[in-house]
Amino acid sequence: MEYFVQQLVNGLTLGSIYGMIAIGYTMVYGIIGMINFAHGDIFMLGGFAALIVFLALTSLFAGVPVVIALLVMMIVAMIMASLWNWTIERVAYRPLRGSFRLAPLITAIGMSIALSNFIQVTQGPRNKPIPPMVSSVYNIAGITISLKQILIIVITAVLLSVFWYIVHRTPLGRAQRATEQDRKMAALLGIDVDRTISVTFIMGAALAAVAGTMYLMYYGVVVFTDGFIPGVKAFTAAVLGGIGSLPGAVLGGLLIGLIESLWSAYFTIDYKDVATFSILAIVLIFKPSGILGRPEVEKV
Amino acid sequence: MAPVSATPGRAEASTMARALREAVLAGIIAFGLFVLYVGLKTDQNISNELILVPRPGLLAIFVGLAMVARFLGVLYIQPAMKRRRDAKSAAADLELQPSYVKRNFSTIAIIALVLYPPLMVALFGTQGSLKWVDNFGIQILIYVMLAWGLNIVVGLAGLLDLGYVAFYAVGAYSYALLSTHLGLSFWVLLPMAGILAALWGMILGFPVLRLRGDYLAIVTLAFGEIIRLVLINWTEVTQGTFGISGIAKASIFGIYSFDVGAPNNFAKVFGLPMSAAYYKIFLFYVILALALLTAFVTIRLRRMPVGRAWEALREDEIACRSLGINTVTTKLTAFATGAMFGGFAGSFFAARQGFVSPESFVFLESAVILAIVVLGGMGSLVGIAVAAVVMVGGTEMLRELTFLKAIFGPDFTPELYRMLLFGLAMIVVMVLKPRGFVGSREPSAFLHARKSVSSSFTKEGHG
Repeated sequence: MEYFVQQLVNGLTLGSIYGMIAIGYTMVYGIIGMINFAHGDIFMLGGFAALIVFLALTSLFAGVPVVIALLVMMIVAMIMASLWNWTIERVAYRPLRGSFRLAPLITAIGMSIALSNFIQVTQGPRNKPIPPMVSSVYNIAGITISLKQILIIVITAVLLSVFWYIVHRTPLGRAQRATEQDRKMAALLGIDVDRTISVTFIMGAALAAVAGTMYLMYYGVVVFTDGFIPGVKAFTAAVLGGIGSLPGAVLGGLLIGLIESLWSAYFTIDYKDVATFSILAIVLIFKPSGILGRPEVEKV
Repeated sequence: MAPVSATPGRAEASTMARALREAVLAGIIAFGLFVLYVGLKTDQNISNELILVPRPGLLAIFVGLAMVARFLGVLYIQPAMKRRRDAKSAAADLELQPSYVKRNFSTIAIIALVLYPPLMVALFGTQGSLKWVDNFGIQILIYVMLAWGLNIVVGLAGLLDLGYVAFYAVGAYSYALLSTHLGLSFWVLLPMAGILAALWGMILGFPVLRLRGDYLAIVTLAFGEIIRLVLINWTEVTQGTFGISGIAKASIFGIYSFDVGAPNNFAKVFGLPMSAAYYKIFLFYVILALALLTAFVTIRLRRMPVGRAWEALREDEIACRSLGINTVTTKLTAFATGAMFGGFAGSFFAARQGFVSPESFVFLESAVILAIVVLGGMGSLVGIAVAAVVMVGGTEMLRELTFLKAIFGPDFTPELYRMLLFGLAMIVVMVLKPRGFVGSREPSAFLHARKSVSSSFTKEGHG
């Protein structure tokens, strides 16, 4: 039982990271209907920004408090990732918005290849390890919870509440929801559609950057290929939860994290990704719109 | 655009001012983008700790390049493109008779391809031709064949498949395993690999029949990854990441062999000096024949009811169903046919390399093949071939650019930039030519007269 709860905690931590990345996928898909394949690499760029800031901080101000270091890492990573995602949207996706559906998907795949290779060329192909930043571990009723895990879960919960507030209670969120429902009508009603879409990309990137920072803190290592597998899993999470739905993305992320850690704990670790992808396939076959997604109604 | 002004001189000056402003803005953004990733490099010091090495010079070059590119873009390229667009829309009504080369492009291309290996041998000698026939010829033709195979699924039936490389893997592993364990020859296993891949196409196609568009894309991606992970982890059969080596070579229908020790070795029988080039030239003709078979089958199928059904499915699934087309069999035949050609290409790949490992079947390969199909203009065979030549040949070309070492110093390795440039090329081509290299498609069925329709009038279906 304790083992099971332990795995639940591990799964929740992993799932929080996937959930934060998945929100970027689901929001972009909801608003312009494209799979932003480069989103996983934005997450990786965020991780690298955090890594570089961490190295700069430790070499410039030795003995900087961990809380401040983490905060600075997170903020810089958010700014960097947002700037990248904003630029990418302007350069690679906006010119193709009126084009046929596959065109932005292809530029997104191209962008994903270009970004990971850009980091490989500029930062080198090796693993980038950092010394552990937060190492406190608590023991509650036989279950070990590290401070890292608590931090990740708390930060995810806080950010998601902020996010939920922005989307559901502010004029910006209203503009986003309107654009999602009907872009042309929203434009007619005076919403700056281009700006709203840009803001969506920035918000998604900021969350992915936080996820990247958390990932670096949790595993203590980042490498240029890190964008792909977490990216695909986060997208899987978004689809599993019902693409376009914010709570769905988080739920999907948590589910994927739980499946992964429970499968690794009770079955073989080799096939954990196979398990994730199989469950995705099974869910989609029986409920094609995902768990919380609205079924697609096609008007003829 | 610049405000309309009374004199042309003023307009020019304001464009210039705008270009300067945009260039400064681009410089600021580029500085923000690159300051961390280019300006600082993470390196390991002697005690294996990461340290930062500042690179202000490189950062300045990046920012400068962005500014110059933006400046020239606003000042020269944008007006030039606008002029070209205006000229094009003015001339759109004119019916132009295509030139002789354009009309007979396929025939000329096939003749050129048949003559390609002897020409290379004549130019570079037997041993020197190896690189040109193998790295450029065979490599490009494999991608042409794969892209033509995927074109049946994506271009004709409109089903977005991001896991096509799975069928390539099935073909390659069926040849590798069956030939090492059962000792069967290439020519027996080639059709078998195709059949096995087609079977897998049906197996994977069946559960996803209800899915549409992007959901289909993500499930096919998942299937591709599952097959790769199984290949990695099922070590008793596939030997995991080590791969299977020592796969038998193909022979000329059993008459001549390319094994060095065999009595009927091709070079020995004809009294030629030993060289790997003969095998490569033979393989070139095999893959050329296979690719042409793919093209032939595609062209013929498009004229048949099943091909018409595929294209109808691509255009509108609901209309398709209301007209009584069985969408289940239509989708399954598309998956199976596409997968079969992937399987052929896979078993050819295994015979050519003599070695297969899961490394060759990563998602990137699926993405490259799909990119070639889309960049080629979805459904246009010639366009896809052109896209394969440009994208694959272009990146192979980078391996040859050793003269760049003289400019950038001996540490410069152009191979490192291969995939970076491939990704950037995908973006640039797509943004400039969203309809692909060949932007028009001959309709399969026509009412009175054959009339070429711009493919911007045809949309791909909801899959």
